[in-house]
Amino acid sequence: MNNFLIEPSPHIKSSITTQKVMLHVIIALFPAVVAGTIIFGLRALLLVVLCATFCVLAEYIFNLITKRKQTVSDLSAVVTGILLGLNLPVSLPIYMAAIGSVAAIVVVKQFFGGIGQNFANPAITGRIILMLSFASYMTTWSEPFWYMNSGVDAVATATPLAMAESELPSYLDMFLGLRAGCIGETCIAALLLGGIYLISLKLINPVTPVAFIGTVAICTALAGGDVLMEIMSGGLVIGAFFMATDYATTPLTTKGKLIFAIGCGLITFLIREFGTYPEGVSYSILVMNIVTPQIDKFTMNKPFGVKKEAKQK
Amino acid sequence: MKLRTVKLPHFNNAAEIASTEIRLPEKVIISMSQHGGVPCTPLVNVGDTVKTGQLIGISDAVISAPVHSSVTGKVTEITEIINVFGKRNKAVVIETDLRQTLHEDIKPPVIDTREDFIKAVKDSGSVGLGGAGFPTYVKLNCPEDSGVDTLVVNGAECEPYITSDYRAFMEDGEKIAAGIRIILEKLGLKRAVIGIEADKPQAIKKMRSLTEKDDNISVASLKSLYPQGAEKVLIYNTTGRVVEAGKLPMAAGCIVINCSTVAFIYDYIKTGIPLIKRRITVDGPIVNKPANLIVPVGIRIKDILEAANVRKQPDRVLMGGPMMGTCIYDENTPVSKTNNAVLLFADTKPSATTACIRCGRCVNACSMGLMPTELEHAYDAKDSELLEKLNINLCMNCGACTFVCPAKRNISEKNQLAKLFVRQSKEAKLKG
Repeated sequence: MNNFLIEPSPHIKSSITTQKVMLHVIIALFPAVVAGTIIFGLRALLLVVLCATFCVLAEYIFNLITKRKQTVSDLSAVVTGILLGLNLPVSLPIYMAAIGSVAAIVVVKQFFGGIGQNFANPAITGRIILMLSFASYMTTWSEPFWYMNSGVDAVATATPLAMAESELPSYLDMFLGLRAGCIGETCIAALLLGGIYLISLKLINPVTPVAFIGTVAICTALAGGDVLMEIMSGGLVIGAFFMATDYATTPLTTKGKLIFAIGCGLITFLIREFGTYPEGVSYSILVMNIVTPQIDKFTMNKPFGVKKEAKQK
Repeated sequence: MKLRTVKLPHFNNAAEIASTEIRLPEKVIISMSQHGGVPCTPLVNVGDTVKTGQLIGISDAVISAPVHSSVTGKVTEITEIINVFGKRNKAVVIETDLRQTLHEDIKPPVIDTREDFIKAVKDSGSVGLGGAGFPTYVKLNCPEDSGVDTLVVNGAECEPYITSDYRAFMEDGEKIAAGIRIILEKLGLKRAVIGIEADKPQAIKKMRSLTEKDDNISVASLKSLYPQGAEKVLIYNTTGRVVEAGKLPMAAGCIVINCSTVAFIYDYIKTGIPLIKRRITVDGPIVNKPANLIVPVGIRIKDILEAANVRKQPDRVLMGGPMMGTCIYDENTPVSKTNNAVLLFADTKPSATTACIRCGRCVNACSMGLMPTELEHAYDAKDSELLEKLNINLCMNCGACTFVCPAKRNISEKNQLAKLFVRQSKEAKLKG
């Protein structure tokens, strides 16, 4: 008798895997890494690569010690590392980047059960931990192309968010990323390219970045601010496209994502406008990460043919 | 409101291949359970000679259809087989004769009234040929005051590979049109809609021209998306009506019948030959020449494998489509009335399941608006109340959630386990 294999249906599956999703995110971040390297020099690239390496090593060693199934091949640690690296100032000492990477992977992700289980975005929380621990290093910004001035170390300067109006760079400079800031946050053109790549592959829902940035834009306009400058400043674009769209830490449904993004936009605006910090994107995403389970609860899809009265019973 | 769907590859390799009759097998194994209802009791004994179309199994149960012999020959064994639902039931093994003769009782049924018509459909042994296999007469037998006014003819054929319904349109389109007219007339329904996916333009064109003069029959071109052929989805997309959770299509004023079933009903009314053969698609990645075969009910998979032109030995054999079909493990498994395809695969690699990354693809794939991620958590926590609150029973096991999952989790399988778990916990509660 000829016996065949049995398995539950369905018997065909889409070709997408977690690893491929992460690979696409890495590809989408590539333009920002290149732009960051051009603007802030090879040290920027080194920092990003080291962060990714530290993250992968942290996950690998954690899994080894805790005798868990090895998960580094899903590439999510690489994504976390690159994102963290892109959110650091180029002059940050390496050991600090290492601390941020290990905190992001071990404390924020692995302690909560690994991929998909963490409630807070590892890269953002890693950055916030560094902000709180090494505030001055984390707010020491270098001028674009500082490395071309031979013999000069990274020159401290202010980010446009903390600048007087007369010193502000032009819109075009802002769009191209020719301003002080974190390695990967400045070049709006590169970030948009990556964001559009992810949207076109349907890997992220455009609702999140549009509602996030849109909310900041509307609030700024109502407050009489410079809308374009506000959008292109700080980490808004990288946050809206790459951090607020993280699967594990944001709501599941489009409705939920909309509420999440509007919340992010409002908090970002409030911190920028009234807070003591010049930038609020990281905090806004972290706060909304925390309320994500609640948002998920009341934004579930409506089951087909189920009447409202029946649902309340 | 637009129902969520997924895009599947089509693999409709057999679409333009005309149906051919398979060579008469040496023996057939006719299961007394051809559908989800109560199995029939065999009417024949070992040693009996049976003729083609002879009644060999009946049941008193409501949700049941009689079973007829698909061949002429000698009953050699009354055996037990495991059906696709995993339950054991009796089966009649018949060794075929060289000479095939129709049973003498076979003659076209006399139909005057609505009751005559429903009885004829019952006697024909008709069950849904699309796959689910609900006895057809039960569907037709709706109370006259139930408000049912629409016949929805299911020709969506949304699963990859399967082309048997498409061939039914192309080869038996006239019978389908005539069958629809009979059903509309006998049941006094207002109208019929034939739902066909837009990737079958020839079938749409043909059915439109065949029903040109019928004001009460229309053809709906449906987007080629999965699960377009699922009853509730089809009703919604052809009539705009919503079948309430836990209710039958009747509640939305609709009767849904597969197009091949309609063609069969027409044939039965004209000839009186019961449901003893059907069209199946034989295809799969290792099949050189995909085919649409007319096979006798009860033919063994083994005989179909012999007829199929394959590149290598299959290690996985599916009855039905790749989304909802069942794996069979024994080549002696017989084809039942509900099988619309036999698909052959080789070099199966087990896919490794990884952790859920909460990407939400399953949530966006569920046409029933369920939250598969939440259902999985609720099942893992063995929380039957939460499962019910999340409407687990709406899951029809279409498999869309599992198909799209990047973590390769068997979400739809878990949903079926969850449904069983909810049923068992309820029973346990009743017992106290």
